[in-house]
Amino acid sequence: MHLIACPWCGPRDEAEFSYGGEAHILRPEQPDALDDAAFANYLFMRGNPKGVHAERWVHTVGCRRWFNALRSTVTHEITAIYPMGTPRPDRAP
Amino acid sequence: MKYSLLGLIKGAGNHHKDWPAAWRQPEPKPAYDVVIIGGGGHGLATAYFLAKEHGVTNVAVVEKGWIGGGNTGRNTTIVRSNYLWDESAHLYEKSLKLWEGLSQELNFNTMFSQRGVMNLAHNLHDLRELNRRVSAIRLNGIDSEFLTTEQVKAFCPIINTAPTIRYPVLGASLQRRGGTARHDAVAWGFARAADRLGVDILQNCEVTGIRREGIRVTGVETTRGFIGARKIGSVAAGHSSVIAAMAGLRLPIESHPLQALVSEPVKPVLDTVVMSGAVHVYVSQSDKGELVIGAGIDAYNSYAQRGTLQVIEEQMAALIELFPMFSRMRLMRQWAGIVDVCPDASPIMARTPVEGFYINCGWGTGGFKATPGSGWVFAHTIAQDRPHELNAAFTLERFSSGALIDEHGAAAVAH
Amino acid sequence: MTAQSHRNPTGGRIDRARTLGFTFNGRYYEGHPGDTLASALLANGVHLVGRSFKYHRPRGIVGSGAEEPNALVQLGQGALTEPNVRATQAELHDGLAAASVNCWPGVRWDIGAINGLLGGLFPAGFYYKTFMWPARAWRAYEWFIRRAAGLGLAPREPDPERYDGTHAHCDVLVAGGGPAGLAAALAAGRAGGRVILADEQAEIGGSLLAGGGTIDGRPARAWLDDATAELAGMAEVRVLPRATVFGYYDHNYLGIAERLADHLPPAERAGRARQRVWKVRAGRVVLATGAIERPLVFDGNDRPGVMLATAAQAYANRWAVRVGDRAVVVTNNDSAYQTALDLSESGVAVALLADLRAEVPAALAQRLSRAGIEVAAGSAVVDAAGGTRVTSAEIRRLGADGTTLEGPARHVPCDVIAVSGGWSPAVHLFSQSGGRLRWDEAIAGFVPDISRQAEVSVGAARGTFDLAAALAEGARAGAAAAHAAGFGDGTATAPAANAREVIAPRPVWRVPSAGRGKAFVDIQNDVTAADIALAAREGYSAVEHLKRYTTTGMGTDQGKTSNVNALAILAHATGTAIPAVGTTTFRPPYTPVTFGALAGRTVGPLFDPARLTAMHPWHVQAGTRFEDVGQWKRPWYYPRGSETLHQAVARECRAVRTSLGIMDASTLGKIDIQGPDAAKLLDLVYTNAWGGLEVGRCRYGLMLKEDGMVFDDGVTARLGPQHFHMTTTTGGAARVMAWLEEWLQTERPHWRVYLTSVTTQWAVAAIAGPNARRLMAELCPNIALDAIDFPFMAWRDGTVAGIAARVFRVSFSGESAFEINVPSSQGMALWQALMTAGAKYDITPYGTEAMHVLRAEKGFVIVGQETDGTVTPGDLGMDWIVGKKKPDFVGRRGLARADCKRPDRKQLVGLLPQDPKEVLVEGAQIMADAAAPPPVPMEGHVTSSYWSATLSRSFALALLKGGRARHGQTVPVHAYGKTSWAQVTEPIFYDKEGEKLRG
Repeated sequence: MHLIACPWCGPRDEAEFSYGGEAHILRPEQPDALDDAAFANYLFMRGNPKGVHAERWVHTVGCRRWFNALRSTVTHEITAIYPMGTPRPDRAP
Repeated sequence: MKYSLLGLIKGAGNHHKDWPAAWRQPEPKPAYDVVIIGGGGHGLATAYFLAKEHGVTNVAVVEKGWIGGGNTGRNTTIVRSNYLWDESAHLYEKSLKLWEGLSQELNFNTMFSQRGVMNLAHNLHDLRELNRRVSAIRLNGIDSEFLTTEQVKAFCPIINTAPTIRYPVLGASLQRRGGTARHDAVAWGFARAADRLGVDILQNCEVTGIRREGIRVTGVETTRGFIGARKIGSVAAGHSSVIAAMAGLRLPIESHPLQALVSEPVKPVLDTVVMSGAVHVYVSQSDKGELVIGAGIDAYNSYAQRGTLQVIEEQMAALIELFPMFSRMRLMRQWAGIVDVCPDASPIMARTPVEGFYINCGWGTGGFKATPGSGWVFAHTIAQDRPHELNAAFTLERFSSGALIDEHGAAAVAH
Repeated sequence: MTAQSHRNPTGGRIDRARTLGFTFNGRYYEGHPGDTLASALLANGVHLVGRSFKYHRPRGIVGSGAEEPNALVQLGQGALTEPNVRATQAELHDGLAAASVNCWPGVRWDIGAINGLLGGLFPAGFYYKTFMWPARAWRAYEWFIRRAAGLGLAPREPDPERYDGTHAHCDVLVAGGGPAGLAAALAAGRAGGRVILADEQAEIGGSLLAGGGTIDGRPARAWLDDATAELAGMAEVRVLPRATVFGYYDHNYLGIAERLADHLPPAERAGRARQRVWKVRAGRVVLATGAIERPLVFDGNDRPGVMLATAAQAYANRWAVRVGDRAVVVTNNDSAYQTALDLSESGVAVALLADLRAEVPAALAQRLSRAGIEVAAGSAVVDAAGGTRVTSAEIRRLGADGTTLEGPARHVPCDVIAVSGGWSPAVHLFSQSGGRLRWDEAIAGFVPDISRQAEVSVGAARGTFDLAAALAEGARAGAAAAHAAGFGDGTATAPAANAREVIAPRPVWRVPSAGRGKAFVDIQNDVTAADIALAAREGYSAVEHLKRYTTTGMGTDQGKTSNVNALAILAHATGTAIPAVGTTTFRPPYTPVTFGALAGRTVGPLFDPARLTAMHPWHVQAGTRFEDVGQWKRPWYYPRGSETLHQAVARECRAVRTSLGIMDASTLGKIDIQGPDAAKLLDLVYTNAWGGLEVGRCRYGLMLKEDGMVFDDGVTARLGPQHFHMTTTTGGAARVMAWLEEWLQTERPHWRVYLTSVTTQWAVAAIAGPNARRLMAELCPNIALDAIDFPFMAWRDGTVAGIAARVFRVSFSGESAFEINVPSSQGMALWQALMTAGAKYDITPYGTEAMHVLRAEKGFVIVGQETDGTVTPGDLGMDWIVGKKKPDFVGRRGLARADCKRPDRKQLVGLLPQDPKEVLVEGAQIMADAAAPPPVPMEGHVTSSYWSATLSRSFALALLKGGRARHGQTVPVHAYGKTSWAQVTEPIFYDKEGEKLRG
C-alpha cells in the first residue's frame, strides 16, 4: 500500500487513488494530421521504464484531482509529486 | 538417461547416484544462429521447437537468473483454451493439444491434469457472454459446455450456490480438457529436452544491450560477454519493454505486478479450477494440497515483484463469498510476478522493424497456458522469418491498423 | 499414564490453581492456563503427534513456537475446525480437542508408513521422472498422490465466527517483545512517541520467558514484569500480545494478525471477533524478531524426542515440563550448555552434552561437570535410534574437517536429544521490506545488511545474541526512532546485563553419516540431505531450483528451521560459498494468516454492499425478481401469482404498448455539468455537436474511447446556458465521471467546467405508454404537456403529485414517455402516487427485461450488450450521430484507422427466426456455412433475442459481418448443437417512423 502525498489533501493510502499511467503523453493538437503509426504511438506505445517513472494519479475518493508523480518501478519510492501540465522535475527543461 | 519407473527402481539400489544433470551448464559460445532472451517456459519452448521442428540447434537461451524464475514459476498454473475470438482460440487450442502430449514429448512429467476449468456466471450479462463464448468455442472445435447452477453444484459441491448471496451463481461454462500443470516442470522439461538437442542454456547471463549493424541485429551484450547472433528472440515477459528499448523499440506494453497466493496444504477438497470474473476469484488445489489462488493485478507499473496487501484482502473476501468454508484456511505464502499488459489483452508474437529481432510478449495474466503453443509458433516465426498462420494476427502492426484482438473478457482479472 | 506425569510441582509461568481438560486423538489429558497444546502434551509425556508429509514417519514436537515444523494438529471440530495448527502456538483452553493430521487409521499405526519402506523409490522430484505411461493415466496416478498429500482437513461448513480489521498509525512499530524489543518500546515510549509493540505470544517477553539471566542486577523476569507494567502505563503506547507482524509492505505499511478469541473455549467466544488484522503505517519500524535455532542434520534426526535445545529449555523453565527422563544434548555453539543445566535442574537426567567443537567453552563446561554432566568435545550425535520415540543416541568423534568420523561409536540410551545447530536471525520481515541480507561467518547466519525502508533490526534479529548488547541496541533504536518522529533527544539508557564471551559456533551442516538412516533437512516436507545432493547433481543448483525441486522450505513453516541448513548443504554439494549460493526471498506472511481475518468485515452483506433505489422497498414488497446491474439491484420483472419470466414480461410489455407502464429508472448515472466551457466538454467527449442545443431540450449522445470504440451513451439535457444534466448507463456512471474529469484536468485544464455526480440525488420513475400523458395531466398541473409545448427530447420543471420534479420527455421504450426526476427522499412518495393515480389505466410496473424487449423492438442498443469494446458507431448504424463537421472529438482519429473502415466489419442487424416461435439464444453464433466441419467460420453473434408480445413472434438483434448489405438473406445461427435459420433485417421492428414516441 503506497503512501501517496496528494498535493491537496496530504499523505493518503494508495487505495484512495486511481492510477493514470504514464505522464506527459500529450494528446496531439490535430489528431487527424497523424498517420496511423504516429497515432498508435500516442495511443498505445509506452516507455514502461524500469526505474523512475513519470506517471499520473488521481485522488479518486478524496479531492478528485489529478497530479503527476515520479515513482520508482523498482523500489516503489515516490520522489516527486508535481502538478499536471508542468515538466518532469528531474529533467532539465 | 531416460526418466522412467524402471530408472527409479534402479536408482533406489544405488542412492540415485547415476542421474545426470538435467541440462548442461555450458560456457557461452562466441556466436549462435539464434539467441533467445529469457529462460522462462516460452523461451525454452521456443528453443526446443527451433531445434526439433526446424533443425536450428545452434541456439542459446540466455537467462539473467535461473530458468523458470519469472512468471513461469509464479503463476497459478491454469491451462485452458476457451477463448472467444478465432485467432486466440486456435492459438490456445494448439497449445492445449501440445500440453496433452507434453510429458511424453519431453520425457518429463509436467503433471498436466485435465481436471476441468469452470468459469462462473453471476448475472444476466455474464450469462449472455458465456453463451456467446461457449457457442463460438464449440464451433471452433474446442470442448466447452454450459452448466446450470445445479450442475455447477454437482460438479463442485463446495461452491456456495445459494441464491441469496451477493452475486449468486447463475451458471458456468466448463472446459473439461482444461486444468492445471506443474509450472516448474514445464520449464525444466523443455530445458532438459532442448539441451539434449544441443541448445545451450546460459543462466546468470543478463542481457545488457543489443548490438546492431544498421537495422540488423548482430548479437547481445551480456554480463557474460558479447554473444553474436543472426537472430534474436525476446521472450522476457515482464521485462519486454526493457529489452525492446535496447533494440530501439517502444511497445504497447505496461508491466504490472500480478499477485498470487497459496494456502496451507489440506486433503483434497477442490477437484477442478474455478474462475469467476464478477467476483474476482480463480482457485484450484495443487497436488500438494494447497489452494492456489490468483489475486488481481496491481494498478501501477512495477518491476518489483511485490504487490499491495489490499489486493490480497479483497481476494480473500471474494473467495469466502464463493467458498464460505475456506474462511478458516490460512494464507501460507503470497508473491507477485510481473506481467506484460497489452491494450487488447492479447499477446504479440511477431517480427519487428529491427531485422533479425523478434518479440514475444504481452501475455498479461494468461501466458502460462500458452507455453508450448507460444514456443511452437514463435520458433516457426524465427526460423522462417514469417509468422505461422496461428500467430499471423498477433502483430505489432495491429496497434496501428486497429485490428486488435480484444480478449479482456477472457481473463478472470480485470486489466 | 498418570496425569501430567512430566510436570514439575513448582516453577514455570502456569496457573496450577486451575486445571484444563483437553483431548488429543480422542484421549483425555489435563493441563493448566499458560500451557500451549504442545507443553500440555509434553507434560503428559506425549511426544508423538503426527506423521510426516511424504514418508509418514512418526514425528514429535520439535520447537516451542512459530518455528515448529512437525507438531501440526487439527484443532476443534465441526464448523470451528482448523487444520494444521502448530501445537506449540495453540493456547490450551478447557475442552480443547485436537487430533493428528495426515495419518490413517492413527498416529501410532499409519498405513501411509509403507511409503517410508519404499523410500528409496521416492527421492526428490521422483514424480517428474515417472507416472507418464500410459499417457492418459496421469489423472489416475494423481488421484492417489493427492490423497496421500495434504495435511489437515479443510472445514466443510461456513465459518460461524467473525473477524475484524483496523488501521493504525504510529511513530514507532516494534515487532517482537523480547528483551531488545522491550528496550526499544520503553525508550521510544519514554520519549513520548506513539508506539505499537506487537508480539506473537500470549505473554510479552520473548526469550526472557524461558531463560534465566539478570537485568539491572535483578532476575530478568522481574525486570520483564516492571517493563510491561511501565509500558501499560504509557498513554501513547499500545502493546499487542498474540499479535504477529506477518507482512512488511511498501512505504512502511505492515500487517499484524491479532488473535482475539482463539485462546478461549468456544462458549466464551460468542460476540467476539475471532481475529483482527491491523494495517499499520509506521514512521519507523524496529525489528526485534529474535532468532530461530537450527537443528543439526544427522541420521534419524526426525525421531520423536529429537527437539531443539531452546525448546527443551523453554518447556523446562516456562512450563515446568520435563521433556523426557534422560536427555542427550548436542550442540555446535555455547547456548545449549545452559539448556543442559536447566534440563538437569528440572529433573531430566542429562547423560551427555556433545559439542561439535573441539575447543569447548571452559567456564560452561566446568559448570556442566559440576552438575555431573559429561561434555564430549569434538563429538556429535550421528544417529538417533528408535521408532515412535528416540531410544538412544550414537555418539562419534568428528574428524578435523567435519566430514569424517573417528573413533568408536558410543550408544547412549536416552528419550530426548536436544539439538542446537546455531542460530538464524529472524530476518523475514527485514527481507520482506526489501532489505538486503549479508552472510555473517561469525554467527554462520544471514543478517540484515542494507535497508530499503525506515527500519532497523535489533538484538538477535541482527545477530546480536548477547543479552546486554541486545538491550543496548534496542534502547538505542527505540530512542532514535522516536527522535526521528520529533520525540526526545535520541538517547536512552540501556538496562545492564552481564555480557558473555561467546565462542563461535562450528558449522557442520551435514553431520557425517554412520551409514544407516535418513538425515532430514526439511522435516515437514521430508527432504533429506541426500535429496539436496541429488538435486545439486541434477543441476537444480540455484536456490530456487533446489527449493522447488525438493520442496525444501515450502511447508507451512516456510523453512524457518531448514532454509539455512539446506542452503549450506547445497553450497557444499556444488563447491560454492554460502553467500554465493544466496538465499531465497522471504515472502509474507511470517506465519500463516487466516483467510477470514484478511477478509475482515467484508463478508456476507458487507461484501460489495448492494446499491438500492429509493423505491426498492416497494419492489421487494411487490415480489419483484431483481437483476444485478453493476452494484445496483434493479427490478428484473414483477411476477404476478405463478407467472413465469416469459409470461410476466409479455404482460408488462403489452401494458406499456397498450396503456401504461412504470419503471424505476433511478440507477442511471447522472452528472451535473456546469461552467462556461460545459458545452465544449460535451463536444469533446460526445460524437455529435452540442453548442446549438437549446435550454429546455435534451439530446442523445454517444461516447467513444480514443480508439473509436463505443464506451457509453445517454441523454444529456441543457438546464441553462452553462448548465447540463448528463445521464449515463447504470454500470458506466463511475467510469464516465472519471473519464470526464480526466479529460478536463489533464487535457483541458484551462476550461472552466465543474462536475458533480448526482446519481443518488435523484429518484426517477419513468412512465410510458399511450396513457402516460393522461396520467401526467392529472398529477402535474404546472407543465403544459401537449406535444407542441413539451415535445419529445425536452425537459420541464414542475410538480408531479405535489412533489417538485424535473420531467424529461425521453423514451427508451418507443412509447410516449415521461421520466420524472424527484429528490431521492421523495422517490417512494412519487412512485406510490403514480401507482395510485395510475390504477385506472392498470398502470403496470415493468422491469429491465421488459425494458430490453421494448427497446430492442425499437432497435435501440444497449452499450455492453450490442457493444463489447470492439464496436464503432458505424457498426451500430449510428453514423448519423457522428459529427462530420466537428474538427475533433475523442475517438474521431481512431475511427479513421484502416480496420475501422473495412466494409466487412460486423454491423448491427435484425434477425427474424424462420420459426417465429423460436427465441434464439443470446450469444448464439452466426455461421458462414452451416455444413462446414469445425472450426466453423463465424460471421457474428446474436446480441439480444426476445419473444415480442407486440409482434407475436420472436426477433433478435445481431452483429453480422457486412450485415447492412445483407438484409433479406437467411443465415444459420448456432448454439449448443442446434442450428436455426433466421432472416436478416433492418434492426428495427416497431414504429419505424417514431410517431408513437413523439406523439
